[in-house]
Amino acid sequence: MKLCLVVDDSRVIRRVAAKIVQDLGFDVEEAENGRKALNACAIRMPDVLLIDTEMPELGGIATAQALRKMPGGDKVVVVFCATENDPHFIRAALEAGGNEYIMKPFDSEIVRSKFLLLDLLG
Amino acid sequence: MAPDDFEYAARLMKERSGLVLTRDKGYLLENRLMPVVRQHKFKSFHELVAALRTGDAALQSSAVDAMMAKDTAFFRDWKPFVHFAKVVLPNITHARREKKLFRVLCAGVSTGQEAYSVAMTIRDAAQQFSGWRAEIIGVDLSPTAIAAASNAHYTQFDVQRGLPIKSLLRSFTKDDAGWQLNSDVRDMVKFQTWNLLTDIYPLGRFDVILCRNVMVYLDLQAKIDLLQKISRSLADDGVLYLGTQEPLTGVSAAFRPVNRDLGIYAVHRLDKVVLSSLAVPQKH
Repeated sequence: MKLCLVVDDSRVIRRVAAKIVQDLGFDVEEAENGRKALNACAIRMPDVLLIDTEMPELGGIATAQALRKMPGGDKVVVVFCATENDPHFIRAALEAGGNEYIMKPFDSEIVRSKFLLLDLLG
Repeated sequence: MAPDDFEYAARLMKERSGLVLTRDKGYLLENRLMPVVRQHKFKSFHELVAALRTGDAALQSSAVDAMMAKDTAFFRDWKPFVHFAKVVLPNITHARREKKLFRVLCAGVSTGQEAYSVAMTIRDAAQQFSGWRAEIIGVDLSPTAIAAASNAHYTQFDVQRGLPIKSLLRSFTKDDAGWQLNSDVRDMVKFQTWNLLTDIYPLGRFDVILCRNVMVYLDLQAKIDLLQKISRSLADDGVLYLGTQEPLTGVSAAFRPVNRDLGIYAVHRLDKVVLSSLAVPQKH
């Protein structure tokens, strides 16, 4: 089973996202910031990183950049999931190593359709 | 809801749109028509039905419009659009190299996302189509859906359902209320209100027809009739995309499955060699 690491400083968002991703057939791990996410990646590299951009200690963009330099980190599908919806910001996030971007608020259909086009389902 | 009221409203919907409503769908009828009740200041659903019975054509059109499902999404189900981009478009560039014209019909286009997904796919393959004319026509019974499709302004939820983020950045401009599709894609599609229960032949012949998640609302006879019309309007080497939950078994012998799971069909008269060229790639 593929592993998705859900990273958000909001416990509520993490739980909602984790439930959606579980229902899509993924194993799920959670982390509350980028630093803890990188620690988790060092132990077990996920297939997908679903990560907020704004978090204490280490934000999502810096986390993605660091991940890409780790062994195996280049293969991880990085999906940013953030409140920011400014096109310039989104473009910068993609250039920093994101494969997709979800704007909050989101629902299960949005996550499912994004995972589908990333060829992560079935 | 009084049984008489349901029977009358359900019959009206079937005659005008082909939509089949069984008695257990009474809640759906009431739910979708309540905005019409409020808009016309009727005191109840019964009053609305009484007014519909008088034959008020404008009111009947409003009610039918309100009943139409408007659920759609950009690149819905994704894989059929990958097939369109990677298999159908290259085939067309070869088969239509003399005319340099191809036509796509999106039947039951609702608020336009599907037709614009086709347009974006063709625009992204622009190198193959330099000097070509691509005509994309979107039709739907609902005038409000067609107005929304022509307007091409979508909410943040709409643009996230199925649309790759890079396509959003490339093809839309953000404003205070949502996202406006840019004119380079918008101008590729022509929309018009059209009832698929009438003949579609006046719209011309098409190389590709998408009629996805439309037949699921029709009864068997209406499905048979619609597929006959589609068969006549599709080029001999044309491709039909249906919804992924709309099998043709027992409904029409006019088509051969290219991929049943994805709802992709070719016309039955198509040569087997050409049919094999439409196969879905193993890995997208």
